[in-house]
Amino acid sequence: MDYVKLINCMRCGMCLPSCPTYKETFLETASPRGRVALVRKVQEGELDQSERLLEYLSLCLDCQACASACPCGVNAGELVAEFTCERKESLGLGFMEELVLRRLVPHPDRLEGSMTPLRAYQKTGLQKLVRKLGVLKMFPKKLERMEGLLPELPARPLRQEIMEVTPAAGTERGTVGFFLGCVMSLIFSEASRATINLLSSLGYRVITPRSQVCCGAPNMLGGDLEGLKEAARTNIDIFAGYDLDFIVTDCGGCGAELKKYGHHLPGDPAAEAFGAKVRDIAQVLALHSGDLAPRLQPVDLKVTYHDPCHIAHCQGIRREPRELLRLVPGLTYAELAEADSCCGSAGTYNIARPGMSDRILHRKLANIAASGAEVLVTGNPGCLLQLRKGLADHLPHVRIMHLTELLARSAGLA
Amino acid sequence: MQQSFINELRNIVGEQYTLADRESLAVYGYDSTPELESLPGAVVLPGSGEEVARIMALCHGAGVSVTPRGSGTNLSGGSLSVNSGVVVQTSRLNRIVEIDEENLTATVEPGVITSALHREVESRGLFYPPDPGSMNISTMGGNVAENSGGLRGLKYGVTADYVMGLETVLADGTVLRSGGKVVKDVAGYSLNPLLVSSEGTLGFFTGITVKLIPRPRSKVTMLAHFPALQDAALAVSAIIAAKVIPATLEILDRVTIRCVEEYAHVGLPLDVDAVLLIEVDGHPAVTAEEALAVEEICKRYRSSFFQTAATADEALKLATARRTALSALARLKPTTILEDATVPRSCIAPMLQVIQAAAAKHNVTIGTFGHAGDGNLHPTCLTDERDQDEIKRAHAAFEEIFDAAIAMGGTITGEHGVGIAKKKYLPRLVGESGIRVMRGIKNAFDPKGILNPGKVF
Repeated sequence: MDYVKLINCMRCGMCLPSCPTYKETFLETASPRGRVALVRKVQEGELDQSERLLEYLSLCLDCQACASACPCGVNAGELVAEFTCERKESLGLGFMEELVLRRLVPHPDRLEGSMTPLRAYQKTGLQKLVRKLGVLKMFPKKLERMEGLLPELPARPLRQEIMEVTPAAGTERGTVGFFLGCVMSLIFSEASRATINLLSSLGYRVITPRSQVCCGAPNMLGGDLEGLKEAARTNIDIFAGYDLDFIVTDCGGCGAELKKYGHHLPGDPAAEAFGAKVRDIAQVLALHSGDLAPRLQPVDLKVTYHDPCHIAHCQGIRREPRELLRLVPGLTYAELAEADSCCGSAGTYNIARPGMSDRILHRKLANIAASGAEVLVTGNPGCLLQLRKGLADHLPHVRIMHLTELLARSAGLA
Repeated sequence: MQQSFINELRNIVGEQYTLADRESLAVYGYDSTPELESLPGAVVLPGSGEEVARIMALCHGAGVSVTPRGSGTNLSGGSLSVNSGVVVQTSRLNRIVEIDEENLTATVEPGVITSALHREVESRGLFYPPDPGSMNISTMGGNVAENSGGLRGLKYGVTADYVMGLETVLADGTVLRSGGKVVKDVAGYSLNPLLVSSEGTLGFFTGITVKLIPRPRSKVTMLAHFPALQDAALAVSAIIAAKVIPATLEILDRVTIRCVEEYAHVGLPLDVDAVLLIEVDGHPAVTAEEALAVEEICKRYRSSFFQTAATADEALKLATARRTALSALARLKPTTILEDATVPRSCIAPMLQVIQAAAAKHNVTIGTFGHAGDGNLHPTCLTDERDQDEIKRAHAAFEEIFDAAIAMGGTITGEHGVGIAKKKYLPRLVGESGIRVMRGIKNAFDPKGILNPGKVF
């Protein structure tokens, strides 16, 4: 951990109003400034890595809203994540981490295979029965939460269905690589199909290498830096095999991680080059808004947009999604209050810290209700899972869509 | 701190809002003041004024000190407990109690965030002008305790000019009500001006009533570059002499301009000595006329570039240089010492020269920006706390700057407060009699000395 990054914090407090957990608790230990101070005091030997200290740090969502707010470029969320990752790494991977991060996540076939029982569980009607009987109440709370978050799964993951090369519709303007996020492919495959269709309709040949692996973000979370680097090297090699204008993803979390490959593999020019080519889908579509606009048919809906942390704070993308939504004729756009404040999903946070996650979710839901929107648009699968469930439970009249689903529908591509 | 005492605090505010673990105390040992740290014995977050009174009575009985804290953005160490006492954080007392549109007042609890009050009153066509740089997180209680200023001070004054009524818990836990919603009130001593800027040493505010004014209907934002510092200063004086009082009249010096340009690329030339950001507001007819006068004056004083924003977006762009000044400076080095020496506005040019000379003499980097219109400058030293020699030189430079400010008829602090950081300079400014009178007042309010000890003097 770089000590200078810690002492760069001048404790001005500008991060406090941006931090979802500070807004809920008003506690300095639950603020970015406080977290930087805690990590710094550990580095300086003034505090031990006590259980309480780790508990305080674990309340951080790593949403990085604090980084957007910081006047001197400190990223408290990232510092806490690095500290936690280094600490976990020094302890070694546990049995479950080893199993999931090394034997499951890096192998798309196995990961997809692991979903088969879940699909069967939904298809056979067992899910309905289980939910009706409340069987899950007998199992640990976490399992019940995980089960509740799961929407209806597509018949097959997109990775297995999509052609490796989708030709450009009409005149070809270039070639892009498509990075399939695990959750997008497994759960929101319709949205990713819409993404590919939009790219193709705008004249891009879309290459979706079937051998690509998970971006490595779960490894970072689990303290498996080596696994993350391995994933990075694999993906860099695979995409280096094509001559690409961009590497596009419609998963905010993957995009943020892929753009950091150069940071994870310092001194590796291929990693730098890879990172520099990565674009969120909204960035690419916004480049061609002039071509896109005439294809869009009226969508008579009131729509609002939730900024995923991994898109707004980690990648600095805020303007493009809004511009794209405003292109759609008939669509009424209503800005969401605190639009770039986390929804409480935050990777596995909604499972690990359900209490705080729910408080943050409810704040978000209240803002969505106040916007009067009928459709909530966003761009990250974690947010889609969390908010889909939140809306279904509390605001059932509001639908949720990925940005590309709405645009593809308007363009007649869905 | 004794467990039995902590338990008594817990009985008042509840388990959840009483903090005494090592980790919590460690993060309440600082505020925004560089180099200062001092751990409290306990931290509490009361949920009502009544709980504040009970905490105060308990501490008074036990002889334990009480230090009020809002969001901990104090720049003079004012929210630190110097003797392991109790820090009382006001964040939960965050209700806007009332906006009285007939009497044009707002009544708030001390933990209300300044910009939250701005939003609320502006949505009703009203205006609460004080806008300290930290307004998105600073609390109204802290603003009153420090008499916070901001960018609009020149035309609209500072927090003190808006405080009409206070509910204050005194050292022994009893409650003092001073002022109210009346514009005229000469019954007895005026206690509000005494309590405003008392930095938590006279009482703990639990209710604050401030004056509101109608929201200005229009605003014109302008930016002027000056190759010579002297010309910028002359333009400032000439604008005021022309009986134009801008809402904002801010200056950036050469060091700040370079940092801003390198960081934000806003198109500032690197060969100018000063940039002025000027905003006039009010009735559209008046602002149009005033803007023309400002333009004429800036050009007369050899401004090399002058721009008037045509749209709100353009206005934001012009203001970017000033808004990013602190960020741009703070990124250069780990430690940023932000001061607020203030002089009569006619002394802005000599004061800027003093600052530059002090920086050169002591070989430190100081960028200066600030409120040229009201003489309140922010010389900002960029240093590294690990370099003790440089820190020493920085303090030596500031000592010269403060002495010069006093000599010019100015003050050691325009808006950050004395706190711990400027204690040694206060006697130089107010003299022995000033300190004696202040001590007398302190003793009248707090004979046991439990309210934020170690601050001011």
